[in-house]
Amino acid sequence: MSALPPSPAAPLEALLRRHGHDPSALLQILIEAQDIDGWLPAPTLTQIAAAIKLPRARVEGVAGFYSFLYDRPVGRYRVLFSDNITDRMLGNRALMDALCRKLWVEPDKVSEDGLVSIATTSCTGLCDQGPALLVNGRAIGQLNHRRINEIAELIRQQRPLEQWPTEYFQIDDNIRRRDALLQLDMLPGAALAAAVARGREGWLAEMQASNLRGRGGAGFATAVKWASARNATEVRKVVVCNADEGEPGTFKDRVLLNTCADLVFEGMTLAAWAVGADSGFLYLRGEYRYLRPQLEAVLARRRAAGLLGKGILGEAGFDFDIAIHLGAGAYVCGEETALLESLEGKRGTPRIRPPFPVTHGYLGRPTVVNNVETLAKTCLIALEGGTAFAATGTAQSAGTKLLSISGDCAAPGIYEYPFGVSIARILEDCGASDTQAVQVGGAAGICLAAYEFQRRIAYEDVPTAGAFMIFDGSRDLFEVARAFVHFFAHESCGFCTPCRVGTALLKGFMDKLNDGHGAKADLADIDWLDRLLKNASHCGLGSAAPNPVIDTLQKFRPAYERRLVSLDFEPAFDLDAALAEARQLTARDDPGAHLQTHEEDGR
Amino acid sequence: MSAVPAPTRKLRVATTSLAGCFGCHMSFLDIDEHLFELVELIEFDRSPLTDIKEVGPCDIGLIEGGVCNAENVHVLRAFRRQCKTLIALGACAVNGGLPAQRNHLSLSECLREVYQFRPGLENGQIPNDPELPLPLDKVRPIHEVVRIDYFLPGCPPSGPAIWKFLTDLIAGRTPRLTGGLLHYD
Repeated sequence: MSALPPSPAAPLEALLRRHGHDPSALLQILIEAQDIDGWLPAPTLTQIAAAIKLPRARVEGVAGFYSFLYDRPVGRYRVLFSDNITDRMLGNRALMDALCRKLWVEPDKVSEDGLVSIATTSCTGLCDQGPALLVNGRAIGQLNHRRINEIAELIRQQRPLEQWPTEYFQIDDNIRRRDALLQLDMLPGAALAAAVARGREGWLAEMQASNLRGRGGAGFATAVKWASARNATEVRKVVVCNADEGEPGTFKDRVLLNTCADLVFEGMTLAAWAVGADSGFLYLRGEYRYLRPQLEAVLARRRAAGLLGKGILGEAGFDFDIAIHLGAGAYVCGEETALLESLEGKRGTPRIRPPFPVTHGYLGRPTVVNNVETLAKTCLIALEGGTAFAATGTAQSAGTKLLSISGDCAAPGIYEYPFGVSIARILEDCGASDTQAVQVGGAAGICLAAYEFQRRIAYEDVPTAGAFMIFDGSRDLFEVARAFVHFFAHESCGFCTPCRVGTALLKGFMDKLNDGHGAKADLADIDWLDRLLKNASHCGLGSAAPNPVIDTLQKFRPAYERRLVSLDFEPAFDLDAALAEARQLTARDDPGAHLQTHEEDGR
Repeated sequence: MSAVPAPTRKLRVATTSLAGCFGCHMSFLDIDEHLFELVELIEFDRSPLTDIKEVGPCDIGLIEGGVCNAENVHVLRAFRRQCKTLIALGACAVNGGLPAQRNHLSLSECLREVYQFRPGLENGQIPNDPELPLPLDKVRPIHEVVRIDYFLPGCPPSGPAIWKFLTDLIAGRTPRLTGGLLHYD
């Protein structure tokens, strides 16, 4: 596709003005600027850099970091196939190949006429209704060959997305089991009124009594986080809702934001009440951008109802409002300090801790970062009291947990259970049979084999942010691990060498095995890499990256061993083929012009 | 430098340079008077120092240089067969090093440029004598062709680094270079 002529500068100037030429809004500016041409031409980056007074290299560095920002032209229709293992199991690769063939375009390239580009992207959070894709940021699930044919035709006719059948964009909630949170029918403001009536101290005491722990996976005590932020000396405090739900196989936050956004925003306001924050951010992953208009509408309604803004519920000094910030396709931004960097408009590089965000977070202010589900749960605590909340679940895991169930089962979707539920019970409820393994907590989580299905979902046994991917007897667990290793290599932020190089090397070894060059020595090297990643990485992404390999090597080792062609060592490439070019250049074919790839036995 | 406990017998050591410049071997000689200590502890098998042509059963093999042609593959495989412990010595053996700079060109581009298109060359042709080993399409670090037990980085590794590494190995300690023996300049 030929480069589009630079657009008139007017829309860019307007959006720069709208953001007050604020360098900390750089990411949001880039996302919106990209809407003008579909990509970010060099003059646009230059103009943005000049307007917000940042070095151009900084602007380019940010633009280059995020997968959904493009510094070269993409198709007018930009199709990204979700490539989680669950999408693969549902045949996404065949569908992508079919679409490429129909539109005469190669993956990762732009068609000659600039009409379309097709590529893959990390999990888009539609695992319960995959295979899925994003077209110009809009999500389409339940793909099949009929739907792909129709999409190819719509693109060929250059129909605007607004004219595509609306059922394409219908995203189902698939709520299969409701417990305390999903049964809650609350009038907006009711939880807030209860908390305000208790006073800030009283409300924090309820939170302490509830034993609520973070639902994003790490399980830190929410009340401790809030109290630390409240006690921090800096006055201007911040509440951030982490809706960067990037963990492959997780989609509960999408459903919460779609069905009970009021609970989430009310939870943020409850946090603001406890810590004395005046500003809030919902960091929404770019893949969920289609939810933004309805979320903005909820925010507007809450402002009109006096639940956001100045003097909330008539309480003098209770001033708080929420802005939505978009991510742009970077898994690492789910890590809270990377998320804060991203909120400040920078590359999503995790920070060194301490200092912790509760004292030095967004723009150096005390900041509470909580998961979507955690914040929604605080409404239950405000309404029913901390003690009632703590009464369900297990000793160290109070309350319920939302699980995003996908993979080989009859009824994928959202299941809410009290903590302590066994894997076996969940498998039975969702109609899974012949289950070989379950990946709990996403790519970074734990792979459980059948002999562990009596284990329980709880911080003290199997902790999880909510992903629950099921693999039946027909699946190859090596392929599962290899898919996750590719994911981590793609998502490594590149800041620290152990992770940047380690994930790439690990990917190389997994591909070597996959390509039929595996040797026993590789398994030893993989072990070594696993340890290196675990111990030397800067943040949780690197230290979790080897988890799928560590678990499957331990529990499904034959899946690796059957790929070995040597019990000692085997090159990753064909030695004789490496001489082919020289043979051709010299017209030689004598025995000395060949190498045996498999070495004859030695001593 | 701590004294080296003597092993029960002299260890047999072989060395060679593949696609290297012999700089690592020169650096090896830079251990200077330690050479006298060393010959009490080891004896050399195939090495530029002995002129033995075929490697025999050895305890330790030191490989300088990467793998750029078929002969390198044969020599490297023979070392792997014969040496209990095989060490990548220096940047070229570890990473491919300078010779691997040709890897971003195709082999035919390289050979044609040198043997056919060089100014002043008439009727040049790419040598094709069967006596000559054929070059591989890419220069490879040695660990991509055989299993390697230890890596000793540096261009070249300094004499003290080589001495520390060998004495660790001879004394039965896992070789470990730290701080000054590893840093760049």
